[in-house]
Amino acid sequence: MTESVASARGKANDSKLPSAELRAKRRRVRTLKDKISRIGITSAGYGVVFSLALIFIYLFYEVLPILKGASIEPQATFSLPGVTEQDPLAHLIMERYQELGVSFSAQGQVTFFNSKTGAVSKQEQVPVAEGLSTTTFAAGEAIGGLTAYGLSNGAVVFTKPHYELSFPNDQREITPRLSFPYGEAPIQVDPQGQPFTMLTIQESTRGRPQAFAVGLTVDQRLVAARIATRENLFTGAITTQVTRAELPEIPNTPTKMLVDKSFRNLFIADEAGNLHYLDLTDLNQARWVQSVDASPNDAITAMDFLVGSVSIIVGTEKGELSQWFLVRDEDNNYALERIRDFQPHNAAIRKIAPEYTRKGFVAVDDKGQVGLHYGTSSRTLLIEDAEQGPLHNVAMSPVDKAIFTLNNQQQVTYYSVWNEHPQLSLKALWSRVWYEGRSEPEYIWQSSSANDEFESKFSLMPLTVGTLKAAFFAMLFAMPLGIMAAIYTAYFMTPKLRGVVKPTIEIMEALPTVILGFLAGLWLAPFMESNLPAVFSLLLGLPLMMLLMAFAWKSMPSNVRNRVPAGWEAVLLIPIVVVFGYIAVVASPYIEVAFFDGSMRQWLTDNGITYDQRNALVVGVAMGFAVIPTIYSIAEDAVFNVPKHLTQGSLALGATPWQTMMGVVLPTASPGIFSALMIGFGRAVGETMIVLMATGNSPIVNFNIFEGMRTLSANIAVELPETAVGSSHFRILFLAALVLFTFTFILNTIAEVVRQRLRKRYSSL
Amino acid sequence: MKNWFKSGAPWIWLTGGAVTLSVVMVAGLLGLIAVRGFSHFWPSDVAKIEITDPVSQERSVLLGEIVRSEGITAVTAREAGNTVPEGQEIVTRYLIKQGNRDQLGTDFVWRFEFGMSDFEYPAGVYVIERREWGNFYGFPKAIQIDGQTTTELTSGSSEQFHQQVQAAVAEAVATHHSIRKIERGDIGALNTQLERLRLQERQLDLDGVAGSERATIQADIDSQRAAIEADYLVLRNELDALYADMRRNTLVMEMVDGREASIRFADVVSIIMPNDMSALQKWGEYFHRVWGFLTDEPREANTEGGIFPAIFGTITMVFVMSIMVTPFGVLAAIYLREYAKQGTVTKIVRISVYNLAGVPSIVYGVFGLGFFIYFLGGNIDRIFYEAALPSPTFGTPGLFWASLTLALLTLPVVIVSTEEGLARIPSTIRQGSLALGATKSETLWRVVVPLATPGMMTGLILAIARAAGEVAPLMLVGVVKLAPTLPIDGEFPFIHLERKIMHLGFHIFDVGFQSPNVEAARPLVYATALTLVALIVILNLTAIAIRNHLREKYRSDSD
Repeated sequence: MTESVASARGKANDSKLPSAELRAKRRRVRTLKDKISRIGITSAGYGVVFSLALIFIYLFYEVLPILKGASIEPQATFSLPGVTEQDPLAHLIMERYQELGVSFSAQGQVTFFNSKTGAVSKQEQVPVAEGLSTTTFAAGEAIGGLTAYGLSNGAVVFTKPHYELSFPNDQREITPRLSFPYGEAPIQVDPQGQPFTMLTIQESTRGRPQAFAVGLTVDQRLVAARIATRENLFTGAITTQVTRAELPEIPNTPTKMLVDKSFRNLFIADEAGNLHYLDLTDLNQARWVQSVDASPNDAITAMDFLVGSVSIIVGTEKGELSQWFLVRDEDNNYALERIRDFQPHNAAIRKIAPEYTRKGFVAVDDKGQVGLHYGTSSRTLLIEDAEQGPLHNVAMSPVDKAIFTLNNQQQVTYYSVWNEHPQLSLKALWSRVWYEGRSEPEYIWQSSSANDEFESKFSLMPLTVGTLKAAFFAMLFAMPLGIMAAIYTAYFMTPKLRGVVKPTIEIMEALPTVILGFLAGLWLAPFMESNLPAVFSLLLGLPLMMLLMAFAWKSMPSNVRNRVPAGWEAVLLIPIVVVFGYIAVVASPYIEVAFFDGSMRQWLTDNGITYDQRNALVVGVAMGFAVIPTIYSIAEDAVFNVPKHLTQGSLALGATPWQTMMGVVLPTASPGIFSALMIGFGRAVGETMIVLMATGNSPIVNFNIFEGMRTLSANIAVELPETAVGSSHFRILFLAALVLFTFTFILNTIAEVVRQRLRKRYSSL
Repeated sequence: MKNWFKSGAPWIWLTGGAVTLSVVMVAGLLGLIAVRGFSHFWPSDVAKIEITDPVSQERSVLLGEIVRSEGITAVTAREAGNTVPEGQEIVTRYLIKQGNRDQLGTDFVWRFEFGMSDFEYPAGVYVIERREWGNFYGFPKAIQIDGQTTTELTSGSSEQFHQQVQAAVAEAVATHHSIRKIERGDIGALNTQLERLRLQERQLDLDGVAGSERATIQADIDSQRAAIEADYLVLRNELDALYADMRRNTLVMEMVDGREASIRFADVVSIIMPNDMSALQKWGEYFHRVWGFLTDEPREANTEGGIFPAIFGTITMVFVMSIMVTPFGVLAAIYLREYAKQGTVTKIVRISVYNLAGVPSIVYGVFGLGFFIYFLGGNIDRIFYEAALPSPTFGTPGLFWASLTLALLTLPVVIVSTEEGLARIPSTIRQGSLALGATKSETLWRVVVPLATPGMMTGLILAIARAAGEVAPLMLVGVVKLAPTLPIDGEFPFIHLERKIMHLGFHIFDVGFQSPNVEAARPLVYATALTLVALIVILNLTAIAIRNHLREKYRSDSD
């Protein structure tokens, strides 16, 4: 060895080999190349695996904020300007850009102040005529911002903060002032001129501005007035028209009153903790409809509407919070119902402030707790001990991103709030929810909103049921066909034919589903509608015809039979299928005339079955068509790969081919068939275009084969391009995608594991 | 009989029936698309039908193409508000394309067979394909220029008249082309330059360039802008002249009900006389229409005209996708098969990757929209395209994101196929190469990978076929109903990755389901579907052919 090395070294000049250094260098280069290649490939491999994992991570990341509750962060504390001990606070609000706060004092002093420092930016006094004084205050729905002072002569002054925006030097500047949409002159509400001890007002947002006021006079009469304004087109002068009425008495002393935006319903809380409901539909014949004990052994300490003035939130002495609204029964009578309860506070609720554009609210109590709650989802997002002492008041920012709290030392604290997705909770997504204006809890998906008062209905149940319904009917169609065809192709068919048939069916897997969807929607759906009897006669008749053909073939003389060897049955059946199909379609109208009074669709409707043109039957066939190749291909492989010695053994023992099939082949191949079904099902669940095009996309919860559905995937395709990025709706669609992803991933993993086991078993057999 | 059932023979027939049914359905589906798609282009004869109303005995005349007929029950017909004579249980109705939407309101009408005269096919009927309002069916009367009749159709001069009409049509089409060229090409280029100047200015604002430096640049920009605007004025005048010229001649037509209508040649795409054409001429027209369908741009909310931008968009997108998916898919497969330690982790990773092929495509779309467009695109815009904000450049759906999303979607397909290709290579070959002293990378790149090319090619082609047919994710990440420009054109940088594209699959969805005139759009949808099916079947067959070919080619090497 050493000798040869030495000789190599010695005869370096004679050898064709490059010199030792050069060789070493080349070796180094080669090693380097090897290393680079290894690193490159490994990092590419990791990169790809990571980017695929990223899909899951990212979807999860987008969904995660849904699970988060709310949080508040104190930003600034200052003493409330514009109020004194003699002239206490009546009302506290925040302006839209969260730059200004507004305090309304009991005597009509309105102060606009900086929300972070408390510095007064403007102060105005509501005009009160000489010799009169303010006796009470009322605020309408927060989003409209209308407020009113009741005067000692039974008149009311309406006012509203108004903000003018200007952008000098590209900086936003807000100039606040008070506006008087119903005139600066007080409007006489009580014809008898008695001062009010309590007042509630509301403004209608539909059509011309109209206000409504209900006041309780010192002599305990309830008076109501509807104030309508009309602007003269030529002079611009505003005339007001007032309709007054006296309302029926209620049996107890009222403590709180609320009138809704439709001016039809008045809710009064009394000292004993009862809620009274008065129907004001006909103002001159107002009816006292109902009284309920809203807080047994407890007293109502705070009460307010959620946005839209449909739901009432009631807060009690003991800290309980409950939501109420009117529910219509079968006889069209409305009654107040306790809809849901929120996590209670530890002490008496002092003030409830609703959010401006969502069905949430913030509540403060006597022990200094701040609670953020949400109606639709029944969620309590946060209860935090903000202060030691009691909190008297709270104001919500119009964009739900900040609150003011007021303690008993007249100190205001400005909190920033993170509360992005209160309307989502497991319960809101998956259980029945009692939505406003519905007579019972329901599953509803209705994400789009026409206005701010709309209650988003995010129940994933209709979509999930729709998805499963579509997949179910697709599997109902695809499963028997796919598996039977696989069995026949793998086991009974002649190899020559198999070589043609298998690729033909498999190429269908590559067919774009948009084509299947468009055929289903534009051709199959109308075809089925006008040929319903044909569909059913095919369903029942085809198998029968095949058996008849089989029998006929068996009864044929053997010289005919021998002409076609076994394994060609499928070809013999082609004319049967085609001819019978043709006959069924041609005969369809005659069947309709003979059995269904001329129209099967009408007949179904008459028998109480709703029929949509684009229904589950159409989807079942079209999507089944998309799934058949998947099931067929995998199942066929599983059956075909059953070791031949097993079947030969069985046949040798005298079993017929069919008995061998059922007794030997199928049990062996069943895991493969199972995994075929799993993968097929996964495909049906996630398919988008077919359901998008072949169903009506209406999110309904039923399993009627003649009605449509909306699936998770179609819903994403329809709604995702139109949602606001980062909104709850956006995240919920991501959640839907994550659900689809996880579900199909699990299905496919099960299928894959089963398949690998099977492969191992085959090799050991 | 009992024995027969016991032997199981009937059940074998039944399973055979399942195969038959599947194959018949596949054939039926392809046949349906083919028949409907191909027949879209056939210039069918125009029938004249006289119809007597069963109630009022009024007679009316229709001129149009018979689209199809069907038999419905009398009850259904009556439910729809029609009067059906007593004693008829089943009635036949015809769908007639009568065109003339601007005159008659609807271009497709259903008419019952009862009360119908025999179909006549009168000679001399013009079928005018227009840029607006669909087809026009009628008899020509005269050509007018500026309202003055120049040529009238008389029995003697019919041949000459038709030639004049065709010449006028040819001229109008040529003018239309030059207008398009100016509007799209020249004015479009000017607009691009203007936009570039605006961005330049904005960038200067952002960079805080001020003082004399700014003044010189600004002066330059202003002079450029003035030059562009001067150019624009010239083009504008040219255009106005063309428009004025084009609107002068009209063709006076007589409809079958005797009313006259004048049609501007400017609105005419083509005029044919199907009832006077020989079979050969019809075939010529047929292929002319097929060619037009494949190469023209869509008209009338995509319900007329061609699908060229959709074909072009599909191909561009698939091409960009292939460039991205091939290297990564192949490298990942090589890693998984050759470098990764074959333990439990690799096994899990492999199963996961395989399973991603079964994840619904819409999920990829959601991911693409959220991560690529809003997150990556938004950041790219903030860093590189600040001047163009707030209008997004990459922070909005577009070609690049669509391709990237589909690349991710098809990655598992490429990986699976490449891995299969790698697995098929006998280990003896690898060992032989290693034994000769080759390093692992040399073995890999010189021996193994070339042998595995069939697998890779198959994977890539299958990926392309899948990507070409995928629609759901594309609806979210970059495909639109009507893209104003193609993603590749003569403007720098030639491939515009941020542009939105049209896509065949989405075109089908859009035209079939979102168009105002479904009946008119239907044949076009079938034709588009046929194109897409053809594309995908061809791609799949190519995949199979390449695989077989390469397998043959390398068999000798590996044996």
